[in-house]
Amino acid sequence: MPAEPPVLEPQFATAEQQRSASVLGMWVFLATEVLLFGGIITAFLATRVFYPHEFERAAGRLNVLIGGINTVVLLASGLGMALAVHAAQKGQRWATLTWLGLTALLGLGFLGLKGYEYFADWRDGLVPRTDGFDPGDVTPGRLTLFMLFYFVLTGLHAVHLSVGLGLVSWLAVRVMRGELPRAGATVAEVVGLYWHFVDVVWIILLPVLYLSGHHEAADLHF
Amino acid sequence: MSTDLEVFPPLRPAPPSEPQAAPPLPGAAVAPSYLTEPHGWASWLFTTDHKRIAILYMVTVTLFFFVGGAAATVIRLNLIAPQGSLVSAELYNKLFTAHGIVMVWFFLIPVIPTVLGNFVLPMMIGAKDLAFPRLNLLSWYVFTAGAVITLTAVLFGGVDSGWTFYPPFSTRSSYTYVVPAAVGIIVTGFSTIMTGLNFVITVHTLRAPGMTWGRLPIFVWSNYATSLIMLLATPVLAAVLALIAVERLAGIGIFDPSLGGDPILFQHLFWFYSHPAVYIMILPGMGVVTELVTCFSRKTLFGYKFVAAASICIAGFGFLVWGHHMFVAGQSLLASIAFSALSYLVAIPSAIKVFNWTATMFRGSIAFEAPMLYAVGFILLFTIGGMSGLFLAALAVDQHVHDTYFIIAHFHFIMVGGMVSAYFGGLHYWWPKMTGRLYSRPWSRLAALLIFAGFFLTFLPQFVLGYLGMPRRYHHYPPEFQVLNVLSSAGASILAVGYVLPFFYLFHSLRWGKPAGPNPWQATGLEWQTASPPPKHNFEQTPVITRGPYEYATGGTDHAR
Repeated sequence: MPAEPPVLEPQFATAEQQRSASVLGMWVFLATEVLLFGGIITAFLATRVFYPHEFERAAGRLNVLIGGINTVVLLASGLGMALAVHAAQKGQRWATLTWLGLTALLGLGFLGLKGYEYFADWRDGLVPRTDGFDPGDVTPGRLTLFMLFYFVLTGLHAVHLSVGLGLVSWLAVRVMRGELPRAGATVAEVVGLYWHFVDVVWIILLPVLYLSGHHEAADLHF
Repeated sequence: MSTDLEVFPPLRPAPPSEPQAAPPLPGAAVAPSYLTEPHGWASWLFTTDHKRIAILYMVTVTLFFFVGGAAATVIRLNLIAPQGSLVSAELYNKLFTAHGIVMVWFFLIPVIPTVLGNFVLPMMIGAKDLAFPRLNLLSWYVFTAGAVITLTAVLFGGVDSGWTFYPPFSTRSSYTYVVPAAVGIIVTGFSTIMTGLNFVITVHTLRAPGMTWGRLPIFVWSNYATSLIMLLATPVLAAVLALIAVERLAGIGIFDPSLGGDPILFQHLFWFYSHPAVYIMILPGMGVVTELVTCFSRKTLFGYKFVAAASICIAGFGFLVWGHHMFVAGQSLLASIAFSALSYLVAIPSAIKVFNWTATMFRGSIAFEAPMLYAVGFILLFTIGGMSGLFLAALAVDQHVHDTYFIIAHFHFIMVGGMVSAYFGGLHYWWPKMTGRLYSRPWSRLAALLIFAGFFLTFLPQFVLGYLGMPRRYHHYPPEFQVLNVLSSAGASILAVGYVLPFFYLFHSLRWGKPAGPNPWQATGLEWQTASPPPKHNFEQTPVITRGPYEYATGGTDHAR
C-alpha cells in the first residue's frame, strides 16, 4: 500500500464524484446494517410476544444502572464525533484530533462498562445459571432465552463499536498525516455516519432490552 | 475443427458508431488489452480491474457449478430405481443438501452479477471501473473463503437439513456440520453485499456524460434492482443463520419447539431473505435476455420504460411474498390469503417482460445465433416455470402439491431453464468481448439445443410426478413412479452433455478462434464500442452518450414498412 493514497482514484472524474460515492456507499451499507439488527430484533420481539411474562421478568433483572450510564457515555461520544467531523471539514487538524480522542475514549469507556456489566450478570446469577431469578411461576428456559437474545444483541453492538474504534484510529492516523481538509474530511464524514449509527442502535436496544421490565430501586447497583 | 469456425453472417448493418469512440487512427498507440497487461499470477490475484475480477469469478463459479452438478448427477442416478440404486438414504440427504447449497449460494446468486455484471456493467455505463475496485477484489476473496468453508463442511462433514436449514432438522441432528456450513454462507453473504453495494454506487455516481437513467441498458437496470435485493435481504440471512448457530452452540431454543422456540419464526426470517433471493437469481437473467432479444431481432426494445420499471417492481414485490412458502406450516389463514394475493401480483411485472420480449421479436429480423437460442429457450422455460408458480401461489392447489416434485420442477424451470440458460446466453454473447475470439458456430448452437431438449426431458416428468404425489427429498419411492423418474434421469444425462460441450469449444476458441473484432454482433451497446478484449480502462476516451441503448432501427428501413 502506498504511503499516501492518491487524492483522486482513476475511476473517478472529479473529487466531488469520489466524495459522493464514498458517502452514498456508507449510507447504503448502513441500510444493510438496519436489516441485520432488524432481523434479530424482530426475532426477539416475536419471542417476547410469545412469552411476555417471562421476558418482562428477565428484563427487570438487567443492570439498568450500568446500561443507563453507558447510554450517556455513548451519546457523549456521538457529540465528540459530530464535533470532530465539523472540525475536519474546516481543516482544523488539532481540533479534529482532540475530538476524535475524546470520542475514542468514551467508546472505550462504554466497552469497559459493558464488560463489567457482563461480569455482574454472571456474578448475580443471571447467566449461565438462572438461580439469580426469583423462583416463582416463570419458566427458567424462557428466562435463558431472553438472556440469549440480550447477549446476541448487545454482543453484536459491541462488535460494531469495536469496529468503530478501529475506524476512528485509522481516521486519526490519516488526519495526522495531513490529509485535511480534502480526503480526510470525506473519511471523517463516512466514519462519523457509521459511529452515529452504532449510537442509534444502542438507543433502540436500551428500551427494548432494559426498560421493558420493571426495575426496583434496590436493584440500582454496580 | 477449424472448418467450424465460420465467420458470422452479416446482420443488418447497425447505425454508425458513436463518433467519440471511433477507432484510433492508424499509427496511433493502442492501449494493451486487459488480458495481456500486466503479466503474471500476482497481477491477476491482486488486480482491481473489474474485467479481471469477472474472470476470477468465472473460474470459481464454474468450478462450483460442476460440484453442484456432480451432486445432482448422483441424485438422478440414485432415483433410477424405486429402492434407490446407488447411495444410502443418509448419503442421499447429504447430497441433495449439498446440491442445493452449492447451486443456490455459490452459483445462481453470484453468477450473472459477478461474472457478466462485473465485466460489462461498468462498460455499459461508460465507466472506467466500479466505484470501489478494491472492495470488488475483496468480495472475490471473501466469496471464495466462505465457499471453501461451506464446501468443506458440506462435502467432508455433511449437512442433511436441506439447503433451507429448517429447525429442528438443523438444530437437533447432532452428527451434521450445520455451524461451519452456516458460517461459510454468512461469510459469502458479505461478498454478496459488497458486490451489490458496488453496483448501486457505480450506477448512481459513475455514469458517463449523457448516460441518463432513461438510457441505461436493461441489463444495468436488472443488476441495479438485483443489488437492492442483495443489500436488503442478505443481512437477514446472516442474522437467522447466526441465530441457528448460536442455538446449536448454546443449546437454548430460539427455534426448536422442544426447547421453547418457534420453528415458524425461523421460516419467516429465512424466507424473508430467501424469497427475495429467488429474484436475485432471476432478475439478472432477465436483463441478459433483454440484451440478447433486441440485438438478435435487430429491433428497439418494445416498451423500454415498462421493462425497466418491471425490474424494480419485481424487486419490491419480492419482499412481500415470503409467506407463500409457509401455507402448510401453520401460518394464519389471513396471512396466507394476503401472501397468496401478493404473490399473484408478481406475475404482472414478470408478464410485462415476457410480452415485451415477444413484441420486440415480432417482425424483427431474427438471427438464431447461439445466444439467441438461449434467449428464446429462456422465454419459453421461464414462462412455464412462472405459470406453474401461480399454481403454487393458489392456497388450495398448494395444499396438494406442497413439498412434491411439482415444486422441484417449478423452480428448476425458473432457475435452470431460466437463469442458467440466461447465463449461458450472456456468456456466449459477451465471450467475443471478453476474449477477443469467436467460438464455433455449429457446436455452440448444438449445445444450446441439447440443453433445451435435455432440460425438457428432465423436468417435465417431474411436474407429473409431483402432481401424482411424489414428495421431494425422498431416497426411494413407490414402483409406479419409476417410468417418469427414468425419463427424468435420461434427460439429465442429455443436459449434462449440453453443459459440458461449451467447456470444450469455448476453450478451443481461446487458441484457435478467429479474432472477433470490436463488435461481432453489430450491437449498439457501449461495451461494443471499444476493442475486444478491451484495454484496462475500457475506453480510449470517456464516451459521451447521445441516444438510447437499443437504437437498432435508427436510419434503417424498419419505419418504411
